[in-house]
Amino acid sequence: MSQIIVITSGKGGVGKTTTTANLGVGLAMRGNKVALIDTDTGLRNLDLLLGLENRILYDLIDVTSGRVQYKKALVRHKKYENLYLLPTSQIKDKSAVDPEQLVKLCAEMKKEFDFILIDCPAGIEQGFKTAIAAADIAIVVTMPEISAVRDADKIIGELGRADKNNIKLIVNRIRPQMIEKGDMLDMNDIDEILSVTCIGQVLDDENVVVATNRGEPAITMEDSIAGQAYKNIVARICGEEVPFIKPQKEGFFARLKKLFGLI
Amino acid sequence: MLDILKKFFGAGEKRSGTVAKERLQVVLIHDRATVSPEIMDKIKEEIIAVLSKYMNINRTDMEIALETDSDSVALVANIPVNSMRHAK
Ligand SMILES: Nc1ncnc2c1ncn2[C@@H]1O[C@H](COP(=O)(O)OP(=O)(O)OP(=O)(O)O)[C@@H](O)[C@H]1O
Ligand SMILES: [Mg+2]
Repeated sequence: MSQIIVITSGKGGVGKTTTTANLGVGLAMRGNKVALIDTDTGLRNLDLLLGLENRILYDLIDVTSGRVQYKKALVRHKKYENLYLLPTSQIKDKSAVDPEQLVKLCAEMKKEFDFILIDCPAGIEQGFKTAIAAADIAIVVTMPEISAVRDADKIIGELGRADKNNIKLIVNRIRPQMIEKGDMLDMNDIDEILSVTCIGQVLDDENVVVATNRGEPAITMEDSIAGQAYKNIVARICGEEVPFIKPQKEGFFARLKKLFGLI
Repeated sequence: MLDILKKFFGAGEKRSGTVAKERLQVVLIHDRATVSPEIMDKIKEEIIAVLSKYMNINRTDMEIALETDSDSVALVANIPVNSMRHAK
């Protein structure tokens, strides 16, 4: 059974595209046939994160407008041969694709792929509505930061109104030192506020920037802590139980133990 | 010394993570309390339907709204009653 997953967030710049690229590569490395659809029309980036920017001939708009077959527009990854990208147009805008067109396209692609991941644009307007229309599962990406969590809550409400009830949460760019000092929302806080099942906690990691520079997602790096978190998310998507290592606020007893030199 | 003690017991000023959590809890009460006019009309019709079993109400003057203050939300209704029906 194939799965269609949209990666969304409300707030911009929290890591949707990074997540899509990493999960796509991770799922493909496990032998799944994976298609990534970039719906951030006008601001395309997924091609860059995957190192595929020089190989694009056609785009999503060419497909939805009926100019070419979707197979012609797919870009196959050089290294991970089960991974395909359907890039979007850099010239058109979000209104160029409507929800029905994407639903129709995904229904067709579903026959060929195990996973279809849709990279959603920021915001809650037409682009968002189009991106979520075809999805069975929505992954909401947020950061441990007040405005990102608020926007995630808004998005979760919008998904519910659109009858998308299979919602999972990824908290990205966690900084354990700040949590330890009590200067960052921790997972318990976010769980309590959003009450959505969490499938990933990704630390803030310089390797993500290095990976983006190279066009090779962090999940391919051996020593990237974010890469490891993405591997765990991929395993959870595939139905495996992987425990979380929770960075938590330092409690009274932890402080007490520290004082007496127990840790 | 007092500073060290304070630090140890975590007393003194609230850490910003806690402040963020508290502010979020309040702001989300407001965010989530926004109900579309269509839903509000539906709620209104259903309240009227229930109340009409027991009393005649003045529909034109009735008011119903969600009111939010700093940390809570209330459904406030003002429904003038023209007459009561006989209890069955
Ligand atoms: N775990 C991480 N550690 C460090 N940097 C990160 C991490 N995740 C994302 N970033 C950086 O944050 C920036 C935004 O990421 P990304 O483009 O994936 O966000 P986005 O949600 O897709 O943004 P947009 O809303 O513009 O589409 C990028 O520069 C990326 O390298
Ligand atoms: Mg993006």
